[in-house]
Amino acid sequence: MTLLSIDDYRLAFDGFEGTAHVLDGITLDVARGETLGIVGETGCGKSVLARSLLRLNPAPPARVVSGTIRFEGENILAMPDAALRRLRGRRIAMVFQDPAAFLNPLLNIGTQMADVLHGQDSAGDAPRRSAREAHARSATLLASVGLPEPERLLDARPHQLSGGMRQRVLIAMALAGEPTLLVADEPTTALDVTVQAQILALIAALVAQRGLTLMLISHDLGVIAASCARVAAMYAGTVVEDAPTATLLATPRHPYTQGLLAALPDLDNPAHRPRGIPGSIPSLRNPPPGCRFHPRCAIATARCGVEKPALRALAPAHTVACHHA
Amino acid sequence: MIRYLVRRAALAVVMLFGLICMTFVIANVAPSDPAALAAGPDAGRAQIEAARREYGLDRPLHEQFLRYVGDLARGDFGRSVATGRPVGQDLARYFFATLELCLVAMTLGILLGIPLGVLSAVYRDRWVDHGTRILAVSGIALPPFWFGLLLQLGIASSLGWLPTSGRLSVFTEPAAPVTGLLLVDSLLRGNGALFGEAMSYLILPAIVLSLPCLASILRVNRSEMVEALRADHITAARAHGVARWRIVTVHALKNAMLPTLAIIGLRWGWMMSSTVLVETVFDWPGIGLYAVSSAISGDFKPVMGVTLIVGLNFMIANLVVDLLYGALDPRIREA
Repeated sequence: MTLLSIDDYRLAFDGFEGTAHVLDGITLDVARGETLGIVGETGCGKSVLARSLLRLNPAPPARVVSGTIRFEGENILAMPDAALRRLRGRRIAMVFQDPAAFLNPLLNIGTQMADVLHGQDSAGDAPRRSAREAHARSATLLASVGLPEPERLLDARPHQLSGGMRQRVLIAMALAGEPTLLVADEPTTALDVTVQAQILALIAALVAQRGLTLMLISHDLGVIAASCARVAAMYAGTVVEDAPTATLLATPRHPYTQGLLAALPDLDNPAHRPRGIPGSIPSLRNPPPGCRFHPRCAIATARCGVEKPALRALAPAHTVACHHA
Repeated sequence: MIRYLVRRAALAVVMLFGLICMTFVIANVAPSDPAALAAGPDAGRAQIEAARREYGLDRPLHEQFLRYVGDLARGDFGRSVATGRPVGQDLARYFFATLELCLVAMTLGILLGIPLGVLSAVYRDRWVDHGTRILAVSGIALPPFWFGLLLQLGIASSLGWLPTSGRLSVFTEPAAPVTGLLLVDSLLRGNGALFGEAMSYLILPAIVLSLPCLASILRVNRSEMVEALRADHITAARAHGVARWRIVTVHALKNAMLPTLAIIGLRWGWMMSSTVLVETVFDWPGIGLYAVSSAISGDFKPVMGVTLIVGLNFMIANLVVDLLYGALDPRIREA
């Protein structure tokens, strides 16, 4: 059953130097209970897409050009403010990249969590819970993400915690509203490698326990392979390939996805040298016509510079946007 | 927190010593002979020398300095050579008039500047923002003496709504001083009519004095709020469903308050040291007027006293700002 359905979503950012066409016709469905990874290099629009689900991109400069994002059938892009407040945290919740920057440095953890709980109370027209109830609920949430001594943590400020603890706090906040969909935007990028593994394991455990639907955004295929059953690869604001993780890793069909995999080091075969994709990501203000990847593509033909390839199914769960795949 | 406090206070003592040295040096390098002034315009050489001995001005500089510091330690600011009155007594009277004026002006500046700054940041580039920008630019650009005269002419003289100048009507008996602040003293004595009268005299000069201060608080608060609202943790708070008013007035404003506090502290220092124009226009009996009239007659003890008081006030303002910084941001406290 489809939980989230993004259809031909185009988003532009208007700036002094022109309009950047950051998302160019994203089409993506996520079924309830699915774990979807979104992979792509920096600047491909992954985070902007994630923030679109909660309408967090500041508008202006952001401007929706076309498309719909339906969550449980409702178009998020057309939601009135009251409905949007009920959506944020309570239906779709988000975990962010750098937990040091995404926690308020001047407020203690308890205040920040109580604010989240109270905000969700008022959005849902529920009676505002008392300070004691908010405190108890916050402590429970912190304990549920594996933080020891939650009572003491509530009095701490973010700078007194380690990076991993902060990320756990952010995850606890995201769980406060019992969301259906958890969007994790590069949740491990700012963390030490050992902590990364712990956070990924925690997210996987929470997804399993609570039956969450997960959308995990990362530039790291390894992170996604470890946590997601399905992957969508993005390039310059478009989804170029969408397949079960195992399929995508074994038989990537889009030249960009193939390039991504070739760029990974192979620990079992030290003789294999990682190969980069030649060229660099295009300007989104002035993107190449046709397929946005064609200037860097080894198999591009004249058609690629003119006609934008649509996503087409190669197998039942495997779609690719390439004329030649 | 205690360590932070002690360190700040220790620093203040060092600064105070520096301030005393500066005051002393400035008074001594100024091209004026206080002995000649004290002795009067018709005095002969012998009388001037006698005055010099009487005021200890014939002693070597370091001795004079030690005596100056010793007198200050006993709360003795010396005597005015022009009037013969102890400077300490004059200062006490004039200082509280200026303090009262500045307190009201600063309260106006803060109570209007911060909410308007927040509103301008939240409704950036909308009509509220344009309106406050005009207010801020005028606040900085209008010369206080001109604006003061304009208010006197319009509101006090033509409309007759408020008195033109002074601190109280000459026929009014002021309450016996408790704090030296008329507004507070009249309230302490439960004298509402006196409070009203004091306020009616105070409000126009306070408005004129507050305008530049309001302008800079508003602009700093606005730009800091714009910055604070862009922070990642604000995005996170929105994503988690924190209420909008709570995000603006607590999550963002608390972060924006650090630089705003700094500007309030600075503005307080400047305000206390630059009341002279406003005091002159409104004939307000404060230290600004006192310092300028003493300086014109070359009477240095009052000038030194005022300089010290104004400098001390600056230091206290800085200390208070530092302490508030620590209270607001635990990272500073622990550093």
